[in-house]
Parts: sequence; C-alpha cells; structure tokens
Amino acid sequence: MQHDAILPAAPAQSPDDVLIDIDRVTQVYAGVGSAVRALDRVSMQARRGEFISIVGPSGCGKSTLMMIAAGLLPASAGTVRVAGRVVDRPQTDLGIVFQSPVLLEWRTALENVMLQAEARRLPAADAERRARSLLTAVGLAGFEHKYPHELSGGMRQRVSICRALVHTPPQLLMDEPFGALDALTRDQLVLDLQELWQTERMTVLFVTHSIAEAVFLSDRIIVMTPRPGRIAREIGVDLPRPRTLAMRDSAVFHAVSREITDFFLEQGVLRERAAGLSR
Amino acid sequence: MSTVNARSPGEAAGDGQETALAAVEARVQESLRQRTARARRAALGYPILVVVLIVLLWEYGTRAAGVPPFILPPPTLIAQSLIAHWSMVLHHGWATLVEILLGFGLSVLIGVPLAMAIFLWPAFSRSVYPLLVSSQAVPKVAVAPLFVVWFGFGLLPKVLIAFLIAFFPIVINTAVGLESIEREKILLARSMGLSALDTFFKIRLPSALPTVFGGMKIAITLAVVGAVVGEFVGGEEGLGYVLLTANGSMDTPLLFAGVIALTVVGVALYLLVELAERLAIPHAALRQQARGGETA
Ligand SMILES: Nc1ncnc2c1ncn2[C@@H]1O[C@H](COP(=O)(O)OP(=O)(O)O)[C@@H](O)[C@H]1O
Ligand SMILES: [Mg+2]
Repeated sequence: MQHDAILPAAPAQSPDDVLIDIDRVTQVYAGVGSAVRALDRVSMQARRGEFISIVGPSGCGKSTLMMIAAGLLPASAGTVRVAGRVVDRPQTDLGIVFQSPVLLEWRTALENVMLQAEARRLPAADAERRARSLLTAVGLAGFEHKYPHELSGGMRQRVSICRALVHTPPQLLMDEPFGALDALTRDQLVLDLQELWQTERMTVLFVTHSIAEAVFLSDRIIVMTPRPGRIAREIGVDLPRPRTLAMRDSAVFHAVSREITDFFLEQGVLRERAAGLSR
Repeated sequence: MSTVNARSPGEAAGDGQETALAAVEARVQESLRQRTARARRAALGYPILVVVLIVLLWEYGTRAAGVPPFILPPPTLIAQSLIAHWSMVLHHGWATLVEILLGFGLSVLIGVPLAMAIFLWPAFSRSVYPLLVSSQAVPKVAVAPLFVVWFGFGLLPKVLIAFLIAFFPIVINTAVGLESIEREKILLARSMGLSALDTFFKIRLPSALPTVFGGMKIAITLAVVGAVVGEFVGGEEGLGYVLLTANGSMDTPLLFAGVIALTVVGVALYLLVELAERLAIPHAALRQQARGGETA
C-alpha cells in the first residue's frame, strides 16, 4: 500500500522539520456484537507550517484520527508524536475547531475567544488585543459583544476559529469545520482560513469531505479508504499561494480533484448512475 | 457584461430609489410594531376578559339558580369573607409562606449538591440513584402523619414534607442538566488545559442552569402542596389549617378565601423563581432554548 511506501521515507526528512508524526495508529471500538475497526495502521507526518487535508468518506475514521492526534482519545495501537514527544494525554499546545462552533451561549464573541486565554492564564490585556485583531481579521469587527444566538452560523464558526488561534498554537486541528455552512459562506471562510494560515503559519490538519476545499487549501491531501480507514494516497497540490477562487478552474486543480474523484469511484464511495453514462 | 448592465440603472437612479426603499422600510417596521403591540395587549387582555366573564357568570349564575352559599358561594361573598378575615388570612398566609420557603430552600440546598455528587461519583450514583427513584413511589402524603408523630405539630414536619416533595425534580433536573452537555465542550476544555474544577464551574454548571431552573419551577409549586399537606395533618397555623377549620364550620366562603390566598402565594413564588432565572440567565433566547429540557 501507499503508506508502506511512505514509511521508509520518514527518516530522510530532517526530524525537527516534522511537527506531527502519526505512526501506525490503529483504532478499534468495542461494539455490542462485533468490534468496529475505525483506523488501520495510519501513518502520516506533517511538517511545521504545512497545510494538510484529510479527505475520506463518512465513517472512515477521520474524526477518530483527529481525536487521537489531539490526545483526546488513546489509540488502540500505534503512537502519535508531536515535536518528538509522545502524545499520551490531551495535548494543550493546539487549537481545535469542530463541525459545530461549540460556543458558550452565555458569553459574547469576545468572551468566548478569551476563554482560551483565561484557561491558559495568558496576560489578559495582550490576549484581548490579539482576540480583537483575530475577530477583525475574520470580518467580525463590531460583533465582539454579540452573543452566539445573535450571530449567523458562519459568524459563530469564525468565532470558534479565533478561539482556536488566540494563543498562537503551533497546530490547528479542524474537523469538518465548514460542513454545516452554505456554499457561499464556505467559500468566504476558506479564503479567510487561507489568509489566517499565511500570516500565522501554524501546521493545519483539516478534515473535510469536500474535495474542492481540500484542493484549494492544502499543500498535501491525504486520501483515506472507506472503513477501516487506511491512507490510500498522498497528493501534493502544486498551486501558487495565495490561491484565488479563479484557480479552481486551473488544470492543476482539475487534475487533483479528478485523481481523488477517480479514487472514490474506484472504491465504490462514489457511484455513477448507469454504465452508459460514465465515460 | 450583463451584470454590469443590471446594476447600472439602480446606481443611476440613486437617491430616488433609496428614498422609495426607505419609505417601504418605515411602513414595514411600523406595521410590525403595531402587530407586536396588539399581540402584547391580547396576551394580557384575553385572560383578564375570560376571568371577568367567569366571575360574572359565577356571581349571577349562583344567585339566579339559588345555590346555597355553603355549597358554592358567589364571588362577592368570598370577597367579603376575605376582607372580614383579612388579618387572620395574612397571619396564616405568612406561616405557610415561611414553611414553603424553608422547604424549597432546603430542597435546593440539598438537591443541587446531591445531583452534583450523583454526577461526579458514579459509585455514589449507582447506590443512591435507584433508592432516590424508588423513594418517589412512596406517597409523601401518606408519610405526613408519621412526621407528626416524629416531629410534633410545629414548623419542622411541614418544612420536611415540603422539602421531601420538592427536592426530587431539583435533583433529577440538575443531574440531567449536568449530564447532557455537548461532548465537544468538554473536549475543548481539555484541549485548553482547563482544570477539572474550572471545567465544572465555568462550563458544565452554567450549561445546566436552564434545566436546573426548570426543576426549581416545578419544585416551588410542589413545595406549596407539601406545606399545605403538613398543615392538614397537624398544627394550628397556616392556610391549610384555615381551610380545615373553615371546612369544619361549613364556612365555605372562607374556604374559598383560603384557596385564593394559597393561589396568590403559589403564583407569587413561581414568579419569584422566574425572576431569579431571568437574573441568572439574562438572555431570553437561552431560556427558551432550554424550555424543552424541563422534565418531570
Ligand atoms: N465512540 C465510538 N464507539 C463506537 N464506534 C465509534 C465511536 N466513534 C466512532 N465510531 C465508529 O468508527 C467509525 C469512524 O468514525 P469517525 O471517526 O467519526 O468517522 P468520520 O469522522 O470519518 O466520519 C464509524 O464507523 C463510527 O461509527
Ligand atoms: Mg467525522
């Protein structure tokens, strides 16, 4: 398999270039009748400052992988190392964004972002300055004192992204962060995220089932098989930065999308209706 | 090309279009204001109208049909009785109020920590929870005479009965509220390095508040029932006692006066809990959202 081919390549990289090192992580959930194999020997590495997307069908273990990488779930087998240290408890040196914004309803946008700073006992004045500038960067200037129920879904998710970044973490883990948003809002957030990443330069693990999002944002795309999730391909995206929406019509964009789509067709994740229609 | 064309007439028209739109906006806003004002008047007006109608029907119905006052006294007779016994009703009403507040206060003071303990220590939960639930099958009214035997005719047995009836919904709602938090909130707290104590008090408990208040609203109405049951069984004070004596002397107008006094106490206390909820959870939208969480 492809991931076997990648393993020997790992030592060739300079070790301090790799921030996240996921090594043969396997996850099996105990079930009532039979156990659920969620992940099967997943190995991947993320270099500092790299933007990596993980694409795969629903239920292939993307969220599970994310939880294990964050140290929020112990893997059944295999190890995760971050900056050379084995992750055996919840990591705190990161930011997480879930599919739902997970805001505290009784706190304003700014106060929600500041929760992160309070939890870490960061100097309040500096943290607040940074929180405000992040909120401004994602277009929420003037909404600092609004409560979550006064914000749209896209705005709430922006607040949650700011909260994940206010302490300038070296890694940002995102689990289908734009999955619940409408197409236009998604496009805007994807653009905003790219800009944030270019200024902050954190390592991003971005789980999505949108091929277009993955191609647009990533340096590298990791494609997973249906359950049990294995890494099937790693595809570099060779498009200049900053990427523009127009690049979605470029040949490179199409080639990468095509490769992923074809893989999903091949795996039966996608099915074209009648035989006569395909090709 | 086409988009440019589509936009240019609007821009050319400029001010004229803008004022036309502003006029429409003003009209729409004004009609909304009128509609909400009308709805608010209706929300207050209709219940008052219905009550007035019922009272009138009651008054003239009983008189016309010649119903004897000891069976169903007309409202004017009840009002007279209430005025005549004003200071007596006030005195006993105060006694009942004290019993309710002590019983309710006790049920919050014991119920909320008990729910926290149930939540925090699974072993405790496993041993106490089934006991708690099965204890609810015991009819508390039936236990009341026993309390008189144990604690006499004073304040204590009434407070205890009110507490016993009221504290169950508080325990259950608090436990459910603590339990039913979004899983991601807790994961997030862990990834932020928030301590267990801070996670509990900054995230879990505030998340549970709307459900806790839901339990308290049920509890306060039950505490009224508990106090009156206690007064029925023994003692010489409280609105329950007034009801008993009025009943004994066939003074039905006073009986009704007592029921009205009790209703006033109950409604006032309920509104007080609602006020506390408003202060603790300032945002109407959040209270609404938790409305579905009210159990029992
Ligand atoms: N706590 C759990 N217990 C049992 N099975 C689980 C649990 N969490 C996830 N699974 C199963 O593991 C598989 C992978 O889940 P998940 O990581 O959420 O996939 P994805 O995020 O790619 O949709 C799914 O089949 C899911 O049903
Ligand atoms: Mg998932």
